[in-house]
Amino acid sequence: MVTNFFEKTGEMTIRQVRSCGRLFLFFITGVINVFILPVQFGKIIEHTWFIGAKSFFVIALTGVFTGMVLGLQGYYSLAKFGSEAGLGAAVAITLVRELGPVLTAIMVTARAGSAMAAEIGVMRISEQIDALKTMHINPVRFLFTPRLIASIISFPLLTALFNVIGIIGGYISGSILLGINQYDYMDAVIKNIDIGDINGGFLKSFVFSVVVTTICCYRGYYTHLYSGFGARGVSMSTTNAVVQSCIFILIFDYIITFFLV
Amino acid sequence: MTVPLIQFVNIKKNFETQEVLKGVHLSIYGGKITTIIGKSGTGKSVLLKHMIGLIKPDSGQILINGEPIHLLSHEKIKVFQKELSYMFQDNALFDSMTIYENIALPLSEKRYYPKNRIKDKVMYQMRELGLLGSEEKFPAQLSGGMKKRVALARALVTDPKIILFDEPTTGLDPIRKKNVHTMIKEYQEKFEFTAVIVSHDIPDIFNISQRIAMLDEGIIKFEGSKENVLNSHSTIVNAFIRGEEA
Repeated sequence: MVTNFFEKTGEMTIRQVRSCGRLFLFFITGVINVFILPVQFGKIIEHTWFIGAKSFFVIALTGVFTGMVLGLQGYYSLAKFGSEAGLGAAVAITLVRELGPVLTAIMVTARAGSAMAAEIGVMRISEQIDALKTMHINPVRFLFTPRLIASIISFPLLTALFNVIGIIGGYISGSILLGINQYDYMDAVIKNIDIGDINGGFLKSFVFSVVVTTICCYRGYYTHLYSGFGARGVSMSTTNAVVQSCIFILIFDYIITFFLV
Repeated sequence: MTVPLIQFVNIKKNFETQEVLKGVHLSIYGGKITTIIGKSGTGKSVLLKHMIGLIKPDSGQILINGEPIHLLSHEKIKVFQKELSYMFQDNALFDSMTIYENIALPLSEKRYYPKNRIKDKVMYQMRELGLLGSEEKFPAQLSGGMKKRVALARALVTDPKIILFDEPTTGLDPIRKKNVHTMIKEYQEKFEFTAVIVSHDIPDIFNISQRIAMLDEGIIKFEGSKENVLNSHSTIVNAFIRGEEA
């Protein structure tokens, strides 16, 4: 029994170490290929359209309601201290520093990250990735690198969009619905947000773009190793990709915030 | 004596606890069609994937023109691998790409291929294989036979010297099967490539093969010309050809 326990623990440790090594090599290969010519313009544009432009609506919708909820909650909390005029600052700081990058990353993971994992997973089980190898095409360069670049372009832009729409959402609930002076609201937004907050938010969205794309593409690419072959394997790797991405978004959010504050 | 183009010496391969190849000895000669026959699940596709480097053996040696592959320089291996092409059992076509893009893929990903040259080569293959008019279609819009032809066009577009066919006629009706066999034979005569085919189409496949090898229980039980296989006294070979258990 004791031997069995140690055997299983050892086996699991070796598997985890191997998995980490594989993930690291996958990531490094993808990053190195960013700098290898020719630049894959067509694929980068295609994926930027899919990850970025097609996420516009979902980000706008999430942003406006997040902003409205913040406006509503913030108003009643601040009203207890007679500080309703500070609502703009509260909404803007919360969005720019924290909720903008995090919620954008989670929404993009749900929409585009899952699609990346599923698409690459299907390519794995239908031998399309093997076919790339037989054609002497580097599959990591072909599948991961353009998605990585597209995510690095899209995430910060979507975060900026989320922030702006969220602030407008706060304005709708705070000023239009609850009657805070609109100039006070906008004045508080402008005065309380500095470039450091915006840069911090963008730094987070950059890190999240790398984390989400790497995990989702990696899970899809190694579907056969972790989840098995077949439709069930693809669905499992997609679920794992989304769950792990969300967890790592929150972990990295804490780490970055720790160093920024 | 002719040196085999590819030679397998005592190749063994396990997948976890399952022993798939138990010491394979096999010679593939240049400019010939060699067919590997055997029951389903005996490791024929695994053997084929060793040739193109998709799977590495656990032990044994692979010789290329008589030289062990591990002693060849990286450049030589690269040159050899570029001469290989592989046609997958389920075609492995990219379903999000058009037929034209699928066939052009091995060339379009290479930096040194001008677009007009790619177009000429792709259109030539499409014309030869009766695929003209399907350029803008997607694989899902094609019949099984047409998909096979697209996969063949993609395998041929790089002018390879060795083509590996993994059950090229699976799922096709007898007429289409015959067409694919004829196509392979004609192309092999025209371009003089080396072909290795994994197939169950007995006895039809014998009509186009010059050499036959039979894989059974992880080892090559028979290797020789098609005349040898037809006149073989081996119980296993004869039973397999007749479609009976040995």
